[in-house]
Amino acid sequence: MPVRIQTQDFDAGAEIAAVRGDNPKIGAVASFIGVCRDANDGDPVTKMTLEHYPGMTEKALEKIVAEAKARWDVMEALVVHRVGELKPTDQIVLVIVAGAHRGEAFAACEFIMDYLKTRAPFWKKEQTPQGTRWVEARASDDEAAQRWEPPKSSAA
Amino acid sequence: MKVKILYLASLREQLGKPGEDLEIPPATSTVAGLRTLLMARGGAWQTVLAQGKALRVAVNQEMAQPTTPVKPGDEVAFFPPVTGG
Repeated sequence: MPVRIQTQDFDAGAEIAAVRGDNPKIGAVASFIGVCRDANDGDPVTKMTLEHYPGMTEKALEKIVAEAKARWDVMEALVVHRVGELKPTDQIVLVIVAGAHRGEAFAACEFIMDYLKTRAPFWKKEQTPQGTRWVEARASDDEAAQRWEPPKSSAA
Repeated sequence: MKVKILYLASLREQLGKPGEDLEIPPATSTVAGLRTLLMARGGAWQTVLAQGKALRVAVNQEMAQPTTPVKPGDEVAFFPPVTGG
């Protein structure tokens, strides 16, 4: 299963070891960890709650991982995303991609994160001194995801 | 026909319910049609689901467009733009 949704924390080292296994063809492992910050949009954040759409979340993430594997020459990929209550410094998301060479592994890892940010049904609600508020989607996340869209072919 | 509707995240709070099983007229055959039907309830339904509001819809757990068909037994979810990661 290349995708896991869980409330508990994860151990990136252990997850990387599991992804690598004893595969001697792997020469590069790229990983990303998203972490809960203590401020957002100028306000202190003391806590956040992550909600998702069970069923669709797994499907959406599996589709993203499958697309990454189809577009880049990588062998293994894993996404672990936490839900529930998190506080600043807590880990939120882990992406691991393993392949023969670093270029493909880096690109696939970044692609998975950019698509996750815009296509996987998670929502953050944060606690600030003014009360709780839902985090607004950012245009910069859409722009990051659009980088990976195939160029529009001009009329051939 | 009967469909299962879900309201997620901020929409659940603004509409005051997590979802509902709804009997809809057969003429309501698309996502846009269902949205219009719900907006006709007025009040929060009209403002929260108004055209121009950033809103995403999934049919049977796949991202949908306004023209996506809605069929008997479908699960239709309304939610705000996603903010995970």
